[in-house]
Amino acid sequence: MSPETLILAALVLPLLIAAGIAVMGWSPNLREGVTFTGAGILFVVIILLTMHVAGGERPELNLGQAAPGLSLAFKLEPLGMLFALVASGLWIVNSFYSVGYMRGNRERNQTRFYICFAIAIFGALGVAMSANLFTLFVFYEVLTLSTFPLVTHKGDAAAKRGGRIYLLTLMGTSIGLLLPAVMWTWVLAGQNLDFVPGGLLAGVDISPAVASALLILFAFGVGKAALMPVHFWLPNAMVAPTPVSALLHAVAVVKAGVFTIMKIAIFIFGTDLLEATPAREFVLWVACFTMVVGSLVAMTKDNLKARLAYSTIAQLSYVVAGAMLADPAGWLGGSLQIAAHAAGKMTLFMCAGAIYVATGLTNISDMRGLGRKMPLVFIAFMIGSMSIIGLPPFAGAWPKYELMQGAIDHGNVYLSLVLIASSLLNIAYLLPIPLLALLPPPGTKEPKPFKRPDGAPMPTVVAPLITATLCIILFFAVGPISKFLSPTVGDRVEYIADGGQP
Amino acid sequence: MIDAILNAAPAWALSHAAPLLVMVPLFLAPLLALVPTGRIAWLISIAATGISFLFALILLGLVQTSPIGVVSYEVGRWPVPLGIELRVDALNAMILLIVTTIGLLASVFSWPTVVAEIPKRKRALFYSAFLVCFAGLNGVAITGDAFNLFVFLEISSISTYVLVALGSGRDRRALPAAFNYLIMGTLGASFYIIGIGFLYAATGTLNMYQISTLLPELAGHRSVQAGFAFILVGLGLKAAMWPLHQWLPNAYSYSPTFVTMFLSATATKVALYALIRFLFTVFRPDYGFEISAFSAILMPLGIAAMVVCSFQAVFQTDVRRILAYSSVAQVGYMILGVSIGTTAGLSAGLFHLVNHAMMKGALFMAVAGVVLTYQGTTIRDFAGLGRSAPWTMTAFAIAALSLIGVPLTAGFQSKLQLGFALFDQGLWWAVGLVVFSSFLAVIYMGRVLEAVFFQPPVNPRKTRKEAPVLLLVPLWILALANLYFGIAADFPLGLARDAAAAAFGVEAFR
Repeated sequence: MSPETLILAALVLPLLIAAGIAVMGWSPNLREGVTFTGAGILFVVIILLTMHVAGGERPELNLGQAAPGLSLAFKLEPLGMLFALVASGLWIVNSFYSVGYMRGNRERNQTRFYICFAIAIFGALGVAMSANLFTLFVFYEVLTLSTFPLVTHKGDAAAKRGGRIYLLTLMGTSIGLLLPAVMWTWVLAGQNLDFVPGGLLAGVDISPAVASALLILFAFGVGKAALMPVHFWLPNAMVAPTPVSALLHAVAVVKAGVFTIMKIAIFIFGTDLLEATPAREFVLWVACFTMVVGSLVAMTKDNLKARLAYSTIAQLSYVVAGAMLADPAGWLGGSLQIAAHAAGKMTLFMCAGAIYVATGLTNISDMRGLGRKMPLVFIAFMIGSMSIIGLPPFAGAWPKYELMQGAIDHGNVYLSLVLIASSLLNIAYLLPIPLLALLPPPGTKEPKPFKRPDGAPMPTVVAPLITATLCIILFFAVGPISKFLSPTVGDRVEYIADGGQP
Repeated sequence: MIDAILNAAPAWALSHAAPLLVMVPLFLAPLLALVPTGRIAWLISIAATGISFLFALILLGLVQTSPIGVVSYEVGRWPVPLGIELRVDALNAMILLIVTTIGLLASVFSWPTVVAEIPKRKRALFYSAFLVCFAGLNGVAITGDAFNLFVFLEISSISTYVLVALGSGRDRRALPAAFNYLIMGTLGASFYIIGIGFLYAATGTLNMYQISTLLPELAGHRSVQAGFAFILVGLGLKAAMWPLHQWLPNAYSYSPTFVTMFLSATATKVALYALIRFLFTVFRPDYGFEISAFSAILMPLGIAAMVVCSFQAVFQTDVRRILAYSSVAQVGYMILGVSIGTTAGLSAGLFHLVNHAMMKGALFMAVAGVVLTYQGTTIRDFAGLGRSAPWTMTAFAIAALSLIGVPLTAGFQSKLQLGFALFDQGLWWAVGLVVFSSFLAVIYMGRVLEAVFFQPPVNPRKTRKEAPVLLLVPLWILALANLYFGIAADFPLGLARDAAAAAFGVEAFR
């Protein structure tokens, strides 16, 4: 198949899956069958596309103009493919997990749940493959709207409140800040919104004040990147069922946000303009602030999902900081963080869900000693935590290393100090959870018996183990991944990647 | 498609399309007054609006294939200074297409609502008044004569007062609303005719094209400037330009649901067209007094409408009033686009005019469906309808999203174009206000949508009650048009760009 057909297939497949799920709604087993088959084929399609891109091709597909100059077009490049691979690959694991979770919890409206999930994947893939800001913006909003029913899935008052905050924040920032930024870019670039290697605005004469204003509009307009102070939707979205939190609020939605920031930094601004933009430093500061404050807030949370949500906010800022470093090391670090954090945080969320299904517990203080009864889940949690912290041999080590390298190269030494501080904070709020569960101090009360007689359903235990394994695999695969990314993030990367290999 | 129609049309239709477009409904209207039953009147009005729609398509084709982009028709073969000229270019071809399309869809959908709201013996007369109004609106759009425009404006307005007053069967407040509208509308028309008087005194002709050729020498003339001021206020009143919009919310809230739907999608649009025609074709945007009118009057008023009326919409409890205030706010967007004074700005304003006709038409149709089955228009009455009337409410939701300006809907495209035009002139603060107003739209439409889809029904006894098919089909045509033109906006945007170029008098607009 030609790459153009494959791009079309990658876009149409999720929609077909959604339709198939709707048709098969009467039989849960057939419905899940459609999800798995479809997700599997989709992943194969994405892999095939990745092979094309790795071979140096840049396949394009133009679906036509929405209005003169504004075309719905797709163009593949390594960073987007990485995001697409992460989203579609983890969707398979997540579907597997969802089956166990949704059935184990006897959730209602499961058909609607799976349909919206498929449409959300459609949105994420559209964002990943978009060739211009217009297409990206459209799919960004598809992602927002399709995940709204997922956030409000429970339908009670808390879910509605969370959903309303979710929708208003994301729509408010995107329409209020991102859209004007897109319009402004269109005018500045002479009626063009394409992603150009080296930066669309690179050759344009822009005053530092204008560039700063534009960068700030972009940075806070992409609400999904959860920079403070537009982060509060994320904890509120935790009212959603855990599979939603796992895939969407650790992988697809938030990663679409930071991916957008990355894409804007690399393909709209480009190194030189970003360097010349005074607000770059400001956004970097905000990212550092978000890292530290997010982690500090996470320490105060006893609800496991809330703690993970604040941890996600802090971790997303790594990518923003990487994008703002405006050099290959920073960009490589940010890009690796997209993949590494996805695997790690998804593990943690799925563990939280498995614990909830089995015991109904949501508070960390109740989980002491629970590891004796659910050892596999807490071992996966331990691995995920260590990856987030950035310990070798887990995936999270590389992004942190590259970011520090970039920060020092770039003279932003304070960033490396913040990164170290952030790691220490991660240790403080993440590691006690599995340690106290697996090795309870003497005298700890026996944890309550399982709510569900046979404990966590099998899929909810296996799925986090898969992603935990992925955390280890990604650590050793960093060389090939960096080589794959080098055309997008810059030539020096190969040197850095090789030089950094143990 | 337009080529095919041009080929299929007989010669007489091609050469007389312009007068027939207006005359068919105008002459069928008195006939309807004699028809015994409402049902026949309904069928005839579908036929009349349908014929006008075909003629509008023919005219659009003729304009697009004409080498100078103008179709001119001398009524009764009287040459121009003496007789009335019908003059169609890309600008009014577009307006005619909107008015006739909405007219056709409206008359198809009207029957169930008319049965429910209009007493039996008045139904035929009701349709008669509707056709007069329809013909009058088309007449305003098609004529090239300034005085003739006044005549058609009054024809459409007087019949509108009747139509609004007929809502008294459902709600007595329709009567004061109609009276209020009558006073304000007459004031507007009087201001307009005074302005034309001033222009006539200065130029000695009533033909708009001739006035426009004579004006450049007279631009410093006091009576020309006074005429400009009167025309601006008069047509602004008709177009519900803030703060001259006070008649609109009541007229929209208490008139029969069908009338609300038809008026919201056409009446203010046609008045706005007349305003644009005078601002850009008769007068020129390069006259000093007009430039200052743009920056000192139209732009502040447009922005005020956007912000103030969106705020008012947030605090309404009746869905029809929310939509009415939102209409004034949307007129503000169009005026803002016009007041930029560039081709890009004007085409953005006109593009929003097309899209707004589609989305408000769909929204008011859906409201009509709800009135029909639930007899209530407050937000409380809408609670839980997402489950009991899913088809009606899904279309409502699509149109509401388009009103907000969510991507993949028509409303998004027009806001995007407006933003481009504003940034192009460095008016970034105005973009901020447009965005702020959209955010208010999220709130006021969000309140309704939340009630529809997330609240339990007030009266659970009323289970599944969908609007009739006759209403659903036009409703979904408009809703799908909102989606289609949100993805492929080439056709309406092309129309709007041609229209803007034609308004500026750029002949080579293709």
